[in-house]
Amino acid sequence: MKNKDLDREKQFHLEERAAELEAAGYSPEDAQAEARRRFGTPKPMAPPEPKRRPTMTFDQFVQDVRFTLRSLRRNAAFAIFATLIAGLGIGATTTVFSVAHALILRPLPFAEPDRLVWMPNRDTGGLSAQTTQVAHMLDLRARTQTMTGIGGFFAFYGVGDQVLTGAGDAERLSGVPVTDNFFDVLGVRPAYGRTFNADETRWQGSPAVILSDGLWRRRFAADPGVVGRRITLNDDPYLVVGILPAEFDFATVFAPGNRFDLFLPFPLAPETSRWGNTMSMVGRLKPGVPVAAAQAEVRAIAEELTRSHTDRNSFVGVVKPLTEKVAGGMRTAVWVLTGAVAAVMLIVCANLSNLLLARTASRQREMAIRMAMGAGRRRLVAQMLTEGLVLALGGAAVGVGLAWVGTAALAQQNAVSIAMLSSVRLDPVALGFGLGLAVLTGILFGLAPALQAPDLALHGTLKDSSRGATEGRERRYVRSALVVAEITFACVLLVGAGLLVRSFMRVLDVPLGFDPVRASTIRVDPDGRITTPEQTDAYYNDVLTAARAIPGIQAAGITDALPFGRNRTWGIWAQGQADERGPVTSAYIRIVSDGYFAAMGVPLLAGRDFSSLDLSTTERVAIVNRTLAQRIWPNSDPLGQTLVKLCGQAATRVIGVAGDVRHLSPEQPSGGELYLPMRQCRQVSSADLVLRSDLPAAQLAATVRSSLRPLIPSIGGNEFRGVQQLLDKSVSPRRFLVWLLGGFAVFAVVLASIGTYALISYSVNQRTREIGIRMALGASAREVQLGIIRQTLALAAIGLVLGTAGAWALARAIRGLLFDVTPGDPWTFAAMAGVLLAVAAVAGYVPARRASSTDPL
Amino acid sequence: MPRQKNDILQGTLVLLVLRTLADQGRMHGYAITSHIQYVSADLLRVEEGSVCPALHRMTEDGWLRAEWGLTDRNREARFYTITTAGRRQLAEEEASWTRLRTGVQRVLRRA
Repeated sequence: MKNKDLDREKQFHLEERAAELEAAGYSPEDAQAEARRRFGTPKPMAPPEPKRRPTMTFDQFVQDVRFTLRSLRRNAAFAIFATLIAGLGIGATTTVFSVAHALILRPLPFAEPDRLVWMPNRDTGGLSAQTTQVAHMLDLRARTQTMTGIGGFFAFYGVGDQVLTGAGDAERLSGVPVTDNFFDVLGVRPAYGRTFNADETRWQGSPAVILSDGLWRRRFAADPGVVGRRITLNDDPYLVVGILPAEFDFATVFAPGNRFDLFLPFPLAPETSRWGNTMSMVGRLKPGVPVAAAQAEVRAIAEELTRSHTDRNSFVGVVKPLTEKVAGGMRTAVWVLTGAVAAVMLIVCANLSNLLLARTASRQREMAIRMAMGAGRRRLVAQMLTEGLVLALGGAAVGVGLAWVGTAALAQQNAVSIAMLSSVRLDPVALGFGLGLAVLTGILFGLAPALQAPDLALHGTLKDSSRGATEGRERRYVRSALVVAEITFACVLLVGAGLLVRSFMRVLDVPLGFDPVRASTIRVDPDGRITTPEQTDAYYNDVLTAARAIPGIQAAGITDALPFGRNRTWGIWAQGQADERGPVTSAYIRIVSDGYFAAMGVPLLAGRDFSSLDLSTTERVAIVNRTLAQRIWPNSDPLGQTLVKLCGQAATRVIGVAGDVRHLSPEQPSGGELYLPMRQCRQVSSADLVLRSDLPAAQLAATVRSSLRPLIPSIGGNEFRGVQQLLDKSVSPRRFLVWLLGGFAVFAVVLASIGTYALISYSVNQRTREIGIRMALGASAREVQLGIIRQTLALAAIGLVLGTAGAWALARAIRGLLFDVTPGDPWTFAAMAGVLLAVAAVAGYVPARRASSTDPL
Repeated sequence: MPRQKNDILQGTLVLLVLRTLADQGRMHGYAITSHIQYVSADLLRVEEGSVCPALHRMTEDGWLRAEWGLTDRNREARFYTITTAGRRQLAEEEASWTRLRTGVQRVLRRA
């Protein structure tokens, strides 16, 4: 702008003068020439003040950038390679940063999320142990001084519990019953309409529903007019009172890997209190109240409540920040990933630094000329730094693209149950991080060559030709150190990934107690037409008969609790035990039909299976698992023993012992399990048909649907899943970590091998003359090769020693993520060493071969 | 080519420009050079090549205000006016010029 002004003004002067001269009789050409002469030579605008230190000006920078681009264009292969490496590194780092940002750093998508607390009953155990009875919740609400509100949701919501009919196909939806103030406590306002009112949240109040943004867009064409209309759920009309904003994603915070379509009112009434532990509670702290204060208060109130209400379930009362619940399990994993990606980035820097160093060395002549032409030391350093920056920014462009793809791919991992994963995105913070990283790495990997450039130049001027010279000791030391660093980091990453891969394999190898392969499931809840127990029994008989009649089906059974899904625990009272007033133990309850054990592949160790003749009119029976049997009757035969107060019955006889099932996750042992027959215990919340067949699931799905359609008209809307899918989902966070870390480790090894190869082949090139002389003096090709490979392996060995130490420390830090693998697992360490040595040997062999074919002449 | 003796002494250009603008008000660069030449009865010849950058530098220093406008012959030119800071600078430059002139004269008389 300034220069343009100046030019325009100068032009004006020249023209004025020329016009004047012309008027005085000059010819136009002479006038212009004379005007130009009189104008004189332009003086510099601002002569540099002598005291100011010479700094790099913007012009110089632009010049350097231009020069860099020119010289990179001449050396396109180098430029592309360097940009790609930097891009991969920056892409991976930015992606992992986005994950860390979404999972750990970014506040939850609620109003003032740091005031929100998660309040499980106890910290461990199944869902029943973590939830709280309604009566306790009401009392706690009334007494708390540290919180402005306590809301909650019904923890035993059923995924796919609601069947939506009406316009379009029948569809099975998932709804969560929530307390009146749940959304207020979270600070979520409906986008349209309102939250539930008092009439809707009382026992058997007016049926109402709030829609999620997703369902509203999908089924109701995003029409705000749906508020105030009635929709049909499970054959009953429900008034739509509100629509939630798109930002509110219940699943991603509270139940990752699921999708929720609607919210129903959950009445806080004596009737629901009778259901036992049901509420998952969320509280909002008063401003300025620390979590510890709320914890102390809730614990005291809970203790008092448990003592004064012996008729209620016990209440312990844990209070922790909601963020901790959400990030909880993934915190270590995310830190590990962050560390891993940082290591990858350092390897990338070391690698690029080495590449640039090699390039600088081969530009000695150029440096010498530039110095001779008057380029100062400062200028050469600036030039080299600029090269690093230009490459890094090119890398940033590639990396941001990769991160964009990466974050989008991660956010769509519906099958992965990690809280907040779906909110991973490339936001401005992550973008800024990526760019900052690029600049930093550019400086970092440009620095080593930059500091060497002036020395090189001097070196070059003193020697006419450097062909015969071997590399300076110091410079070789820097390059070797960089390669050793690369191998060290690769080593640490390999061990970390190795340990996690082995853990993952161990998890997959755990005997689950059932056979997920060849088993598949579909929801078969009775619909509204079926009301009486007799109708229900007949319905289950029909479904099972129809399923078993399908060709290729070997076994079929119904359960109300699929593995890795819902769970609940009940207290168990046993006859003849010392204290009949209180439960002797607790057990996970599964209410199943006959044939379930065969269909799921759970072995019956003793006694008999339920039969279709175990009815409400016959003797009450139950099957226990091995753990429960041993816990209650360690010294006697469980068969024939009597349990009391079970499912509202005075006496229930144990008729069988089943094998233990890993129901919570493959990594957690089973605990006590108790099976009750569907036709005797009616507290069935959902019904899943389990089928065992050799047929592929896709083929089976169509046949099963058509066979069951006469009984269940809406079956088309029910998902047909392999049980293996349930297992996959349960191990998905671990798999996610293994894949990412494994990918980083492979990338690191590849980079380290490239780095090693580049170093060795560079040093071989430098020593061509020396090797030629050796060979001329009688060294065999083999000796030359061995020498070079030995040099390579020596570097690798140093890297291995350092890396093993680092890996040892890392393994201890990630102990919590390991499963059935010791942090010092010798196999992993040995395999890592083997892989790295092999890679180093190959990286050394290729240049060694080339060297040994050197012609001595 | 021998250097002309009536080139403006280094450092006095600012003084002359400020004085001119202080007296004449709004002027473009070419008019300033012409004015200095005219008022000094051709004793002082300003090399235009140094006026333009000097005007820009003085504008940057805040002594002048510059704007594009049209000359009476309807040509686009950059017009300059002196600012308050410029007037302060002018006073200083005049004082130092007087000091310099007095000093030089004293030396010349002794010699």
